[in-house]
Amino acid sequence: MIWTRYIDRRSFVPLLFALLFNSPVPAQQSGSPTSAAQTDVGNWVMPAKDYASTRFSELDEINSGNASKLQVAFTFSMGINRGQESAPIVVGNSLFVVTPYPNILYALDLTKPGAPVKWKYEPKTEASAQGVACCDTVNRGPVSGDGRIYFNTLDGHTIAVDAETGQEIWNVKLGDINIGETMTMAPLFAKGKVYVGNSGGEFGVRGWLQALDATSGKTLWKAWSTGPDKDVLIGPEFRPFYSMDQGQDLGVTSWPPDAWQHGGGNVWGWISYDPEFNAIYYGTGNPGPWNPDARPGDNKWTAGIFARDADTGAARWFYQWSPHDLYDHDGVNEQILLDLNWQGKPRKVLVRAERNGYVYVMDRITGEVLSATPFAAVNSSTAVDLKTGRLQMSPDKEPETGKVVRDICPAAPGAKDWNPTAYSPKTGYLYIPHNNLCMDFEGIEPNYIAGTPFVGANVAMKAGPGDGHRGEYTAWDISAGKEVWTINERFPVWSGTLATAGNVVFYGNMEGWFKALDAQTGELLWQYKTGSGIIGQPTTYRGPDGHQYVAILSGVGGWAGVVVANELDTRDRTAALGFVGAMQDLPTATTKGGMLYVFRLP
Amino acid sequence: MQFWLPTVFLVAIYRGQKSDAAMMRAIMLLALLVAPASCQREERDLTGSVPEKPAAGIEQSVLHPGDGNNPAPARSKYEETAFDVAEGKRLFQWFNCSGCHFNGGGGIGPALMDDKWFYGSSIENIVATIKEGRPNGMPSFKGLVPEKEVWQLAAYVRSVGGFVAKDVAPSRNDDLNAAPAENRAPTPSPFNGKGP
Ligand code: HEC
Repeated sequence: MIWTRYIDRRSFVPLLFALLFNSPVPAQQSGSPTSAAQTDVGNWVMPAKDYASTRFSELDEINSGNASKLQVAFTFSMGINRGQESAPIVVGNSLFVVTPYPNILYALDLTKPGAPVKWKYEPKTEASAQGVACCDTVNRGPVSGDGRIYFNTLDGHTIAVDAETGQEIWNVKLGDINIGETMTMAPLFAKGKVYVGNSGGEFGVRGWLQALDATSGKTLWKAWSTGPDKDVLIGPEFRPFYSMDQGQDLGVTSWPPDAWQHGGGNVWGWISYDPEFNAIYYGTGNPGPWNPDARPGDNKWTAGIFARDADTGAARWFYQWSPHDLYDHDGVNEQILLDLNWQGKPRKVLVRAERNGYVYVMDRITGEVLSATPFAAVNSSTAVDLKTGRLQMSPDKEPETGKVVRDICPAAPGAKDWNPTAYSPKTGYLYIPHNNLCMDFEGIEPNYIAGTPFVGANVAMKAGPGDGHRGEYTAWDISAGKEVWTINERFPVWSGTLATAGNVVFYGNMEGWFKALDAQTGELLWQYKTGSGIIGQPTTYRGPDGHQYVAILSGVGGWAGVVVANELDTRDRTAALGFVGAMQDLPTATTKGGMLYVFRLP
Repeated sequence: MQFWLPTVFLVAIYRGQKSDAAMMRAIMLLALLVAPASCQREERDLTGSVPEKPAAGIEQSVLHPGDGNNPAPARSKYEETAFDVAEGKRLFQWFNCSGCHFNGGGGIGPALMDDKWFYGSSIENIVATIKEGRPNGMPSFKGLVPEKEVWQLAAYVRSVGGFVAKDVAPSRNDDLNAAPAENRAPTPSPFNGKGP
């Protein structure tokens, strides 16, 4: 229990609460988070809440009966008006939050009224880094571990700061903005290691994941996402389930000569950790360039998922969601590790709502796909062939150089982008914040110039099927493989979500409403209008006063909201990689912002 | 003007003839005369010469302490020839400007089709932006893009901003067409003392 490190006299009350509520997970309908789910109930030490990435909190002071009374406890201005995708995390008596570029890290003192700043850490992030961040200058959050806070900066540094004092402990430069390499993901801390990856899939940057020693920042190993097996840390332990992922040096041979060197596969999303098998799971980004004509072949190991030994990095298996990806369908979304009763048998699975539009249930030991069911409008593919594991593409939606292919669904940001789902063991539902978007796509000849975009496509997005709504929030029954209820939103739901034992789920929309829903029925219990559109990740914690709080950042931006954050011109529907096509009315619905809101019951 | 001369000439010939064959001859004659004439729309510089450097240097401020004079920026020949502006458009994609600014609406970089200019909208300012880069992420293309092409790019950026004459600015694209054509960009009103 990490939080016990922080116990002092003041945290006597939380301790009491922890003892009261730290009961075993109650009987489940569907499945339980694996042992990877942690037990420090009152804290929220990492953006995903626990190693299993459930984003589920055992706290239940706020519940479906009283959530309607929620009110603002305190606010905090981030001082930066760009997209706020970060998760506020809480360890003991402090809340930690990181701004978009220039990535200032703040610790707020939760023991004092109004939670004033305890310390501030400012990494002198290189201003030019803003020019190579594909999709707004976002950061997805800090993580805590062993008394330190770890986070990445846009200019490619990973930094460890003392959680108590804000003093820098180490600072390592891992990325090179001159080739378009940035870092936006939230690191994972596990077993004395910090796992970090790079961004740059729109700049032809070759993707990697590194494990750093948490005490020194020293690189323990680095696993590339393309190239020869030795670079990818593929060795004798590697046993992919499907034949399409088997063979030697596929990271070279599934590309035109040398194209893998600028092939993307960036690791800018989420990592889960399974202590039982000592494995980490994470996805790889889109292949570069977007125009698929430039890279015939399956383009390993992009747009897929790796299982690796957490200590050595050795690959155990890989599965490719989108072989020879046609649409910028990065495979970096979060995977939730569950022990599930699957068709009568107990199975260790991982569940993913994937960008290509399918909810995958996979055996996380073998890499076998148990089911893949569409959760949004999909016409770019017809199904996942469970025998071969291969996504079946629709030939009439295949992009081509010099040709405009219209109405491809889902669009480039996929049915769901980076913004993570939550899983409630109480309902057995996966809560999926997602998009309802389609696009027109024209392939154009790409030109690789290091440090400039390597895309080769003209894209214009639009609303998916329906009344023009572009976002949805869906409760998904994992065992039954179907939607239980869906709430339509005017704009893409670009925020994360969380679920609690109080039978409440939270998320925000791009107009700025922060919402609490009944986890079972989807009924709207409460909503609060924040100052700007919400694209952040909600978290919940027990404060030093023993009461439950819910935190969210407000501040529109990200790829979906950069039209507002960077004041783009909506007359150009191809602006911001085509997202502006679908966001014509966002500038009339919200303005820039950057504010932390924390709520509690009266 | 050049178009009218041969037409009058042709009509004169046709009046004097009777047969269809003669009419065909006349039409072919018209085509022969009109084709080269229409190519004369503008002078094209084939020498590859590079413009003279702006004499006064580039200013980034409208504040002139103790003086208050803002010298009017000079127009460049590059923004007066459709050929150079069209070349600029091709280069805008080739050097991946479009990867950050798209078809003028912006993305990573700011919109270029709007009437807000952080670093000035004169061709000298834009040339400086391209060559020197700007601190919040605009790369310096010095060394990568030859001088003449920098000016063509800058002329094209001016057309995106609506500063270039309608008959010089590029017209509708043949492809996705999800942004208005440059020659339909509204002429911006003088902004911040840095109008056309
Ligand atoms: C890697 C991304 C990137 C590329 C490639 C890029 N730009 Fe930029 N550009 C930017 C950014 C970011 C800014 C804003 C810089 C700042 O505010 O400091 C900018 C600013 C500008 C401006 C100034 C706009 C103003 O309001 O004053 C112009 C003009 C411009 N770019 C033209 C170009 C041209 C022409 C090219 C191709 C030769 C190009 N850019 C390539 C990112 C890029």
